[in-house]
Amino acid sequence: MFEIIEKRELAQLVKLFKIKAPLIAKKRKAGQFVVIRLNERGERIPLTIVDSDPVEGTITIIVQEAGRTTSLLSAKNKGDSILDCVGPLGKPTHIEKYGTAVCVGGGIGTAVTYPIGKALKEAGCEVISIIGARTKNLLILEDEMRSVSGRVYVTTDDGSYGHHGFVTNVLEELLKEGQKVDIVLAVGPVPMMRAVSNLTKKYNVHTMVSLNPIMVDGTGMCGSCRVTIKGKNQFVCVDGPEFDGHEVDFEELTRRNRSYLKEEKAAMEGFGYHEGEKCYDKGRP
Amino acid sequence: MVDPKDIKRRMEIPKQSMSEQEPMARIRNFYEVPYGYTPEQAMKEAERCIQCKKPVCVGGCPVNIDIPWFIRLIAEGKFIEAARKLKETNGLPAVCGRVCPQEDQCEKVCVIGKKGEPVSIGRLERFAADFEREHGEVTIPELPTWTGKRAAIVGGGPAGLTVAGDLVKKGHKVTIFEALHIAGGVLVYGIPEFRLPKKIVEAEVEYLRRMGVEIVTNAVVGKLETIDELLANGYGAVFVGTGAGLPYFMEIPGENLVGVYSANEYLTRVNLMKAYQFPEYDTPILNGRRVVVVGGGNTAMDAARTALRLCPEEVTIIYRRSREELPARVEEVHHGEEEGLKFRLLTNPVRFIGDAEGRLKAVECLKMELGEPDESGRRRPVPVKGSEFCLECDVAIISIGNGANPLIPQTTPDVKLNKWGNITIDVDTGKTSKKGVFAGGDIVRGGATVILAMGDGRRAANSMHEYLMTGVWQGGC
Repeated sequence: MFEIIEKRELAQLVKLFKIKAPLIAKKRKAGQFVVIRLNERGERIPLTIVDSDPVEGTITIIVQEAGRTTSLLSAKNKGDSILDCVGPLGKPTHIEKYGTAVCVGGGIGTAVTYPIGKALKEAGCEVISIIGARTKNLLILEDEMRSVSGRVYVTTDDGSYGHHGFVTNVLEELLKEGQKVDIVLAVGPVPMMRAVSNLTKKYNVHTMVSLNPIMVDGTGMCGSCRVTIKGKNQFVCVDGPEFDGHEVDFEELTRRNRSYLKEEKAAMEGFGYHEGEKCYDKGRP
Repeated sequence: MVDPKDIKRRMEIPKQSMSEQEPMARIRNFYEVPYGYTPEQAMKEAERCIQCKKPVCVGGCPVNIDIPWFIRLIAEGKFIEAARKLKETNGLPAVCGRVCPQEDQCEKVCVIGKKGEPVSIGRLERFAADFEREHGEVTIPELPTWTGKRAAIVGGGPAGLTVAGDLVKKGHKVTIFEALHIAGGVLVYGIPEFRLPKKIVEAEVEYLRRMGVEIVTNAVVGKLETIDELLANGYGAVFVGTGAGLPYFMEIPGENLVGVYSANEYLTRVNLMKAYQFPEYDTPILNGRRVVVVGGGNTAMDAARTALRLCPEEVTIIYRRSREELPARVEEVHHGEEEGLKFRLLTNPVRFIGDAEGRLKAVECLKMELGEPDESGRRRPVPVKGSEFCLECDVAIISIGNGANPLIPQTTPDVKLNKWGNITIDVDTGKTSKKGVFAGGDIVRGGATVILAMGDGRRAANSMHEYLMTGVWQGGC
C-alpha cells in the first residue's frame, strides 16, 4: 500500500498527490513514470512522476480526471492509499548542457515538462518555457515553471490569460525572431505534440516528446504501448517514454489511444461518475 | 488392489478417463475444464503402474520426480503421503499436473505406453496435490536453522518460485522481487483460469510465504535496486528468472491497428486483470466478433480458447504449417476444436486492413505449401503465388513468441547475453558470466515450458546453495 500524504487541487479536475514510496523516490529521475493500480479490481495506468523527494521518501504525481481510474484516484484524500505503485519505469530524460532548451507544456503535460525543465536548468541549460491550457483555470504549475526558467510564456486557447492562442504560436514567433533553440521538449496532448513537432521540423530544431499510450504491465511484456517510430515498432514503456518528435507516427498513436473509448464510456456511465469508490461496490452485480 | 507383480492383470486395467465440462457449457465460463479424478479413479489409475525396477519415467521428468513411489502411495490410498512425496522434488505439483506436456516427458517413455495408453502420471500428480490442498493437509516441513545467508530472486514465476522453495528448505533466507502486483509470473498472467485456476497458484505462493519466503511485489529489479546493489546489500546470490520479454510482432502492415494484440497483452488483460469481468473489473478488452489468432503454439491455443469464452461468432487459428507441425499440445488442440475453434492451416497473414478509424476489419493472407525441411527439421512453409485472400476479423492476436526483456541487461551489463538477448548460463549450474548471479527459465531459454523453467530453478538452487555455503565460484559461463 502506498499512502497519500498530501493532496492539492491545481486546477479544475486536476489534482496533485504526494505519495509515500521511498524506494521509488530514491531512484527516480526526470522523465520516468509509475504504473498504479488503485484496488483489487483496478486497472493499471501509467502516470509520470512529477517530482520526488528522496529524504522525505515521496513521489509526486498529477492527475486529470478523464476516465474511471483517474476519477477514482482524484476522489482519494490524504491518508488514503493506493494499492499498487510500481516504478520508476521508462528511460530517464536525456539531460545535457544543450545551450538553450525550450520546454513546452500543454494542459496537464506541464506536469511532465516541469521536472524536465528543472533537470535541464540544473545541467546548466538556458530554459525558456511555453505553457498553455484551454483556459486560465486549467493552467497548472506556472510558479514552478517560473522557478526553473529564464523566461516563461503562457498561452490560453480562449485568451483568458496570457497570450491568446496556442503554444505553437509563441514557439513559432520565437523561431521566426531567430531565437537560438538547441532543443525543444514538448509534453501535452497528442495534437499539441504533433503540432510542435511539425513546426520544429520546418525550422530543423531537434524535438523530444514524451508519449503516454495505453499500458498494462509497463515492463515490456505486453506490447500494448507500441508506437511506430521512424517506421519501426518501439515499446514506450522500455524504449521511451521520450522519442524524437520528428519520428513519431502521431496519427497511429491517436487512434490507439482511442481503442477503448466505448468501453471507457460504459464504465463511467454504468458505475456512476464522481462518486468515488463506494459507487463501485453498489454497482457490483 | 492388484498385486504389483501381477503385471498382466495390471495392464488389463483401462486408462481412467477424467470427466470434464461439456464444451458448449464451458465456453460460457472461465471455470476449469477437467474436473480431476475421484479418489476411486485415482486409485484405479495408479494400479496401472507396474512399478518398474528401473523407471524410465523418472528420467523423462525435468525435475526427476520419484514417479513410481508417489503412484504407489496413491494406489494404497495414501493420498496425503503421495502429495508430500511429490513435493520433495516438485514445488508446484498442482500446477505441473495441469500444465506439463506429459505426453512429451514422463508419459512418453512410460513402459505401459509401449503397448497401450501410458499411465496418466500428470492426472495422478494433479489429484494428489489437489487432495492435499482441498483437505487442508498442507503442512510446512521442518526447516533447518538459518545458514546466515540470503538469496534474492528476480521474478516470481515458475523458475523463481522453485528456487525460492529449494533454498528456503536448505536454510537460507529468500526474497522474491516481483514486477507485477502478484507473484506467479506466467502462471497468473499467461495461463488462463480454465486451464489453471488462480486459487491454485495463490495456494502455492502462500505455501512459500508460510515457509518464510519474503515476496516483494511491484519491484522491478534494475529500476529500483540493481543486481549489483542487491549483491552489495546482503544478498549472497541472485537468481534471475524474469521470464519472457518483448512479444514478437510479424512486422507486416497494419499490425498497430486497434484490435491487434500480442498474445501476452490479450492474456494479461483477461487473466491477470480479469477483463472478462469488465466492467466489474476496470480493465477493458475488445470483444471481437470475429477473432483470428496467429500462431500454433500453446500460447496461441490459450489465447484462442480465451477469445472463445468472450462470446464471439468465430475464432480462427491461422498457422503457416500443417496440422502435424502444430507445436501446441494435442490435448489443447483437441479441447479447442471441441469448443468450436477453427483452423486455417498452411496460411500466413501478409497485412492487416483497417477502417477509416484505424480499427481492424480484415486480414489478408497467403496460402502456403510445405517445401524442404529447414534448420528446425520441419518442412519450410513456402507461399503459394497468387493465393491471397481476405478474412474478416475485428480482433487479431499475434502469438509468435517473445524476445528477451532488456531491463536486467540494461542495468547489469556484465551478465553475458546471446545474440537474441537471452542470458547465457552454464546449463548444469545455472551460473551466468557474473559472479554470484544465476539465471533460468524463459530469460535463458527464450520461450519454453513451466516445467523446464522449474528444472532450471532446481539446478540453479543446488549450485546457489553450494556457492552460498562455500563462496567458491567456478565454471561460470
